[in-house]
Amino acid sequence: MTHIVKPQFRHPRLATNSQGLTRRDYEGVISTLCAGCGHDSVTAAIVEACFELELPAHRVAKMSGIGCSSKTTNYFLNYSHGFNSVHGRMPSVATGANLANRELTYLGVSGDGDTASIGIGQFVHAVRRRVNMLYICENNGTYGLTKGQFSATNDRASKNRKGLDTPFDSIDLCNMAIELGAGFVARSFSGDKAQLVPLIKAGIRYKGFALIDVISPCVTFNNHTTSTKSYEYVRDHNHMIGRLDLVETSAEIEADYAPGTSADVTLHDGSQMRFTKLDESYDPTNRETILPALERYRQRGEVATGLLYLDKREADLHELIGTPDQPLNEIDERALVPGSGPLAAINAAHR
Amino acid sequence: MKPTNTSDPTYFHKVVDCQWACPAHTPVPEYIRLIAHGRYTEAFLINWESNVFPGILGRTCDRPCEPACRRGRVEEKPVAICRLKRVAADNRGVVDHLIPRKGPGNGKRVALIGAGPASLTVARDLLPLGYDCVLIERDRKAGGLMRKNIPSFRLPVAVLDEETDRILDMGATPRFGEEITSMKALLDEGFDAIFVGTGAPRGKDLNVPGRKEASDNVHIGTDFLSAVSFRHIEEIGKRVVVIGGGNTAMDCCRTALRLGADSVTVTVRSPRADMKASPWEIEDAEREGIPILDNHAPKEFRLEGGKLVAVVFEKMRAEYDDTGKRRLVPTGEPDVVIPCDDVLMAVGQENSFPWIERDIGIDFDVREAPVVGKVDFQSTRPGVFFGGDAAWGPENIIWAVAHGHQAAISIDLYCQGQDLMQRPAPTTTLISQKMGIHEWSYDNDPTNSRRLNVPHADPALALRDLSMEVELGFDPGQALLESRRCLNCDIQTVFSTNLCIECDGCVDICPVDCITFTPNAEEAELRQMLRVPAQNTDQDLYVSDTLPTARVMVKDEDVCLHCGLCAERCPTGAWDMQKFLYNEAHASTARLPEQEKKHVA
Ligand SMILES: Cc1cc2nc3c(=O)[nH]c(=O)nc-3n(C[C@H](O)[C@H](O)[C@H](O)COP(=O)(O)OP(=O)(O)OC[C@H]3O[C@@H](n4cnc5c(N)ncnc54)[C@H](O)[C@@H]3O)c2cc1C
Ligand SMILES: Cc1ncc(C[n+]2csc(CCOP(=O)(O)OP(=O)(O)O)c2C)c(N)n1
Ligand code: SF4
Ligand code: SF4
Ligand code: SF4
Ligand SMILES: [Mg+2]
Repeated sequence: MTHIVKPQFRHPRLATNSQGLTRRDYEGVISTLCAGCGHDSVTAAIVEACFELELPAHRVAKMSGIGCSSKTTNYFLNYSHGFNSVHGRMPSVATGANLANRELTYLGVSGDGDTASIGIGQFVHAVRRRVNMLYICENNGTYGLTKGQFSATNDRASKNRKGLDTPFDSIDLCNMAIELGAGFVARSFSGDKAQLVPLIKAGIRYKGFALIDVISPCVTFNNHTTSTKSYEYVRDHNHMIGRLDLVETSAEIEADYAPGTSADVTLHDGSQMRFTKLDESYDPTNRETILPALERYRQRGEVATGLLYLDKREADLHELIGTPDQPLNEIDERALVPGSGPLAAINAAHR
Repeated sequence: MKPTNTSDPTYFHKVVDCQWACPAHTPVPEYIRLIAHGRYTEAFLINWESNVFPGILGRTCDRPCEPACRRGRVEEKPVAICRLKRVAADNRGVVDHLIPRKGPGNGKRVALIGAGPASLTVARDLLPLGYDCVLIERDRKAGGLMRKNIPSFRLPVAVLDEETDRILDMGATPRFGEEITSMKALLDEGFDAIFVGTGAPRGKDLNVPGRKEASDNVHIGTDFLSAVSFRHIEEIGKRVVVIGGGNTAMDCCRTALRLGADSVTVTVRSPRADMKASPWEIEDAEREGIPILDNHAPKEFRLEGGKLVAVVFEKMRAEYDDTGKRRLVPTGEPDVVIPCDDVLMAVGQENSFPWIERDIGIDFDVREAPVVGKVDFQSTRPGVFFGGDAAWGPENIIWAVAHGHQAAISIDLYCQGQDLMQRPAPTTTLISQKMGIHEWSYDNDPTNSRRLNVPHADPALALRDLSMEVELGFDPGQALLESRRCLNCDIQTVFSTNLCIECDGCVDICPVDCITFTPNAEEAELRQMLRVPAQNTDQDLYVSDTLPTARVMVKDEDVCLHCGLCAERCPTGAWDMQKFLYNEAHASTARLPEQEKKHVA
């Protein structure tokens, strides 16, 4: 963390988007995390993605729990709504908020402790219910905020800073989310913005539950040579299964690509996702083959990154339970208070 | 691109935009920080070392540093560098005991012709080495055009006297009131070296119908200003026309106003945008209510009964050909007639050397200008040197000083029988400013405050008094505010490739998007590949060695705020903020043993 406020000066030729905003207008307050923390890079990737998507910041809700990762919602989108919930409870708060107002863009940021330990019971249900949100887990294999205890995503092979082993197997959030019905599942690395930014953009655009598990090294407690979540380890073992681009209008989709290596998917809002395969054998839309494929990477000690799974149906909670189209705060009194006639009918139905 | 060689002192020197632009390479940010701390004496001495005339230049410098100042690229206006210099001079403590005296005689005698800023600088640099510096000046006092032509409402005589006396008192030998009329005769006096610092003394004239007939009331601007400063002229006609658009014209019109003219009009041939005068001088004249008419070319001096009554002007328009070359053409509009009693002509100066014989080995080119070495300032006759306006025509004081420093080095090398082209190297230091975690020895938090205007004297009084200084200078409170605007460009961002773990922390935090990690490419292409494309090609790219991911770190120096956030955010110390102090070599220090090269401040 630094002692000064980030200077307001900007590059005089900094680009603006259609909202008249520069990248810096999507920033928050200056980060207080340790210098070099991967979480700060994820913050920068979110800023970049929101700038490129030209999002109106006041239509975004940032949701988080507790942890260094969860603190970061303060470091981007200063002009958005935000809810910093109790440890591990963000998924329920996000579900409630989403039900109340389906028109906001929900962006959840959590940690591996917040998600895979105390919050796992909440997390699985948000996935299962297909809450329309992008859920980013900043995964450093440790409880950073409480000074470096093993988390549930820490690999068996990964020792802590003092050289101690963990006796337990790790939870793989991506595998779990695929099994539980998430529609968009990706893994990425905080040190690779070229991959991460398009994933965040597509995840925000996707309708349904989108998870990005971002390996985000903790420079202070889990960046040593025997860690599998260090900058060096992830760079050495990163296996990119494909590259994703989000193209906002179909007019821009003209670049050529070798046949069979690329697939375009049109999302519900008309934007196009272009998936370029780097690993021929991997098809992220085929649920049957991906889990065994991911297991093979794991056994080889590789960290598979990129878009791991995509369900093209894009179904979300509102659709599944048939809620009204408007946000609750826009439904007028007449609809909310139907009067004694309809009430009597309801009561009669329960007798 | 190849990795940047930061061990070449020019790389970091260029980052210090103001110091790089200053002809004398004054360490600007270093003295600005001292002013912020109220350490005016030290700030003064740094200036005195580099530019010899802090009080004079703090009022009159052409300030090439200010258009170069980084602050002007980050927000609207540069730091008021020049006016801060004046603060140091105005508020300094006693310095007499810190000024070197003439060293023990080394047996060498040097003649310095003309006692303007160029010659005075040569004397300042050579006296401590024990040279006998003989200053030969036509006037009774030292200062040159600074005394004769710069009006005292811009430069008080007391300030001029103090700073010229400081050099004379070091132990120079004055021969004032003596005009050199033959170089041959002077050579016969047997000096070990001669420096010609005689300036560009001839004001140009205009050959327009009626010029000769009207000569009683048409004056050459520089001659007029000299006559005013020596009190040979104490009044002027009620209606005055000034012809010319340079700084001399601005001084002429303001002087005429103070001599009692009711109406003064400045006329310029070219469009206003092409006027040679500095913007602030134009501003000062206009603030005093003087109209400036552009596109007016003088056509005739009109006389009645043998006396000047008006000047006739033809209206012009600028046309540009394909190469961008300008041509002034008449618009065909009716001529403009401006009635007047006196005309001041400020249409340029040239150097002239009727007193240098052409058969003594000092060559002149076709334009009658001396042939002078760009590096050693030596003429074609060994041992005879030129500098200041005498070398290549009219410039300004700070260039005269810079020439003086270089000429002094040459004279010293020459007198010691050494190669003039083996110039002494500058001294540089590069030292980390880290004081603790996120603590730096300098104020790294850039202020948002805007450039302050210097307070002015009440115009009702100032316009009636030739010697009342118009600008009052910053008070210490204003100086503090203004000095905090400096971005500390000498505190360099220094990158160590071997420490970087490519975490991107610095990229993310940099408020002005200076830093990019990218595959390498040739410069033109690389400039386009940065987070914000680097369009300002005057500013360098800092390129690292190849990193483990096969990329390079590229920093565009253009708008870096030197805020140190990159270094604060870096987990491994791959970025560090290090102060680069660059001191130009001067004759007085160049031959000292290494360990004694430390500067007074
Ligand atoms: C009206 C006017 C205003 C200016 N305002 C500014 C300003 O605000 N800021 C700025 O930076 N510059 C200004 N300048 C320019 C600046 O004054 C000169 O560039 C500078 O003084 C040049 O210094 P110098 O040492 O080369 O020569 P000078 O200052 O010209 O000194 C030359 C000296 O040599 C003497 N001399 C000449 N011939 C002989 C001889 N044969 N024998 C003996 N002595 C001789 C002269 O009397 C004179 O004193 C101004 C110039 C003019 C005309
Ligand atoms: C109910 C509750 N239990 C325990 C804690 C203590 N606690 C704070 S943060 C944290 C772990 C955070 O780990 P993670 O989500 O991985 O975040 P990181 O700091 O690693 O980014 C714990 C256990 C708490 N704040 N609240
Ligand atoms: S900001 Fe300061 S150091 Fe930088 S160019 Fe301007 S005056 Fe010089
Ligand atoms: S000092 Fe570092 S962070 Fe600050 S502007 Fe310069 S490069 Fe950017
Ligand atoms: S913050 Fe330091 S380690 Fe990280 S990328 Fe920048 S220079 Fe490299
Ligand atoms: Mg964690």
